[in-house]
Amino acid sequence: MSLVQAGLIAVLFSVGTFLVLHRSLTRIILGVGLLGNGVNLLILTSGSVPGDVPILGEGGTELTDPVPQALVLTAIVIGLAIVAFLLSVAYRSWTIDGNDVVEDDISDRRIAADPGVDEDFGEET
Amino acid sequence: MLILLLAYAAAAAVCLAGHRRVDRSAFPLSTLPHVATFAWLAAVAPGVLDGTPLVASIGWVPELGLSVDLRLDGFGLLMGLLVSGIGALVTTYSSGYFGPSADRARIAGLLGVFAAAMLGLVWADGLLTLFVFWELTSVASFLLIGTDDRSTTARAAALRALLVTGAGGLSLLAGLVLLGIAGGTSTISGLIAADPTGGVVPVALVLVLVGTATKSAQFPFQFWLPGAMAAPTPVSAYLHSATMVKAGIVVVARLAPTFADVGVWRPVIVVCGLGSVLLGGIRSMRQQDAKLALAHGTVSQLGLIMILVGLGTPATTFAGVAVLLAHALFKASWFLSVGVVDHATGTRDLRRVRGVRRLGVVATAIVLAAASMAAIPPTLGFVTKEGALEAFIEGGAGWTGTVALVGVVLGSVLTVAYTLRLAVGLLGDHSVGEDAVDPDHLHRPGATLVAPPVLLAALGLVLGLAAGPTGAWLARVATSLDPASGEGALYLWHGLTPALGLSAVALTVGTALWWTTRSATATADAPRSSFTVAYDRGYEGVLSAARRITGVTQSGSLPLYLGIVLLTVAGAAAAAIVTNRSWFDLSAVPVANSGLELVACVATALGAGAVVVARQRFGAALALGGCGYLLAVVFLLQGAPDLAITQFLVETVTIAVFLLVLARLPQRFSSAPDWAPLGVRLAVSAVVGLTVAGFALQASTARTEPSVARDYVERSEPEAGGRNVVNVIIVDFRGFDTLGEITVLALAGGGVVNLVAAARREQRRKHLLDGTDVEDLSGRAPEVWR
Repeated sequence: MSLVQAGLIAVLFSVGTFLVLHRSLTRIILGVGLLGNGVNLLILTSGSVPGDVPILGEGGTELTDPVPQALVLTAIVIGLAIVAFLLSVAYRSWTIDGNDVVEDDISDRRIAADPGVDEDFGEET
Repeated sequence: MLILLLAYAAAAAVCLAGHRRVDRSAFPLSTLPHVATFAWLAAVAPGVLDGTPLVASIGWVPELGLSVDLRLDGFGLLMGLLVSGIGALVTTYSSGYFGPSADRARIAGLLGVFAAAMLGLVWADGLLTLFVFWELTSVASFLLIGTDDRSTTARAAALRALLVTGAGGLSLLAGLVLLGIAGGTSTISGLIAADPTGGVVPVALVLVLVGTATKSAQFPFQFWLPGAMAAPTPVSAYLHSATMVKAGIVVVARLAPTFADVGVWRPVIVVCGLGSVLLGGIRSMRQQDAKLALAHGTVSQLGLIMILVGLGTPATTFAGVAVLLAHALFKASWFLSVGVVDHATGTRDLRRVRGVRRLGVVATAIVLAAASMAAIPPTLGFVTKEGALEAFIEGGAGWTGTVALVGVVLGSVLTVAYTLRLAVGLLGDHSVGEDAVDPDHLHRPGATLVAPPVLLAALGLVLGLAAGPTGAWLARVATSLDPASGEGALYLWHGLTPALGLSAVALTVGTALWWTTRSATATADAPRSSFTVAYDRGYEGVLSAARRITGVTQSGSLPLYLGIVLLTVAGAAAAAIVTNRSWFDLSAVPVANSGLELVACVATALGAGAVVVARQRFGAALALGGCGYLLAVVFLLQGAPDLAITQFLVETVTIAVFLLVLARLPQRFSSAPDWAPLGVRLAVSAVVGLTVAGFALQASTARTEPSVARDYVERSEPEAGGRNVVNVIIVDFRGFDTLGEITVLALAGGGVVNLVAAARREQRRKHLLDGTDVEDLSGRAPEVWR
């Protein structure tokens, strides 16, 4: 772990978070992708110090830790699966209402607008 | 004991499950457990009354020391006899009362459930056992009050009763648990033996008393009981006069001899009890519905019993037990009689009822029950009221006893007045209503309807005449509560005592009160109880407050929720990192491991920035891809060529998928309204990013044990025959991880295929509606045509 790597993690997480907090599904997916990159880098750098490639018989003496690499390798592939799935959700959303915006929950908005009306117990007492 | 409870449960289960098939036989069937219990109790009575309680215990959760503890002592015997005896009469009565249109199986089943719970309650020795049965009776009561589930009033009344008694049950639980901890025991008998003292005991006792006051409809919780009269009359007679409302009294009676001397106990009892005595009496005077008048009268009478057993002196305890028996007999008889009147005339309205005298023996029952309620000699009501006054005069409870005496005499005056008003209103033919009942067209009640109330009323008279033996028997019952109360005795005539004088005063003044107020209370409807109004306001207030809070916290905006969640998590982590402080020591951390790494990292960060800045979807996707490729370089520099290759391939596929989808979507991002200003969103993002970076720095220096990798590296070649350790880990040492990964991939792939297929179908349908050529889209005929 070096300061530059920590800085890159900070940038990836900040930018990813900022994108995820948007309403456009496409931006959210881009954010998820960046967050995934950030997580992968976080696991790799905080779990190992740079060293020789963990392949035996290549003359390396100070092998870098292979376990974080194995974990991250799995994570990268799963990240692809998630992004692909989210993209098809965005596509589906677009075919339904012509945009890919995450709308507010309508019943929640209604309660917030008029807390006095009680639909479920309207006839009470 | 357990067998009997199970018998009730079995009969109830048959009724509830069989439903329509057992319709006609439901009530006769549910009478059986009552009869069996009554007979068994009668058989074991001599032994129990001689002071050897029967004990049963089965493990419930033995690991937690929880068990169902039952203990049948003298008082439990009396209550058991009441529950099963009146239960048998009520079920018999019900078989005549409910017609085929009523859901007889349901009512019979629920009555059985209630009876089992009530018996469990009066026999319970375990504190938690008591609570469980206590709540079961509340639930059964709720279901029975709401029998007429199409009536809004009945539903509201049922809910009110459940909420009040349920909340009280929680208070009781808290009190019992505190007492149990203070006494180091989990049973009532253990608690009484331990007699715990200390700061927590008064608090616990107040909590217990609140619970008992809700259940026994004591001031200021009395308002649910009149509402409970929405239940069918047999249910009211059983639950809401004879048995369930005595549950609070049972608990108080068991605890009072031990705890009555604790400072807060007697004042609370006297305030609650007297409030109920007076309020119930006054409100009973103003009811036009005979059943409601009885309900308010019940509140008043329960107040008297509560004071008696609550004062906790040997004499009052004995008198309380005696009044409890008398009240159960005459009040159940009253309710059942009113039910007969309702059945015969079609109304319970005192202004309309006429011709009850022609019902003969029922009228006699009403007269007897009224005499017992108003404490007119020689009924049991008189004998026990005398005993109560004697006990108050005897003293022993300090100033609270004196206050109670005055209040109870006032209450007796009211009781006489409302009893007279009720009896005369029912039996007299001076109806004032225009739509009065025609006394020539009465619906003659059958024997099953008439017998139970007459039997109960007659029993009140016989036991009153046999005051000596009755008193001796009740004294043996009372010794189980307080060994010193065994000297109690009842007398039909014991000379010209102050108690007799007070009784005479109560009778005279009560009669005068009735005579003077008789015209004033003849027609007007009773106003709505201010307690009910206050309760309803509070209830609605809670509901609307809940909705307001929901409105504030549940804005419906997903990004807002996400922001709050992220900020909370990051804030908590940041607090931990800052307080740890070790990350301030960055001297061991290099700025960069190599010059190339510095360049690669900065370039990747720029790529990430480009994703945000891009105005078009296409550009943003390309920037994401670029960022990913550059990250592969960072991986490579970290000594991870496998990762770099994978990242490179995956990033390529990601860009391809992005481009496929983006080709369908509009070029530019839609500008939806934002949930928060830009500054806030940037701040949240910065906090999250910096927290994670701080975490990373701390985590990288936090290792205390050597990596498991050493083992993997050593075993890689001899065991797995591979030299690339990362590959060996993935496909061999941690092969199940990879299996999970493949499963996720497969699931996601399936999801993608389905979503895309659904989207295609949708589009085809749209195009079909628009009349455009569909063939262009898919190259084959759409499914909707087939």
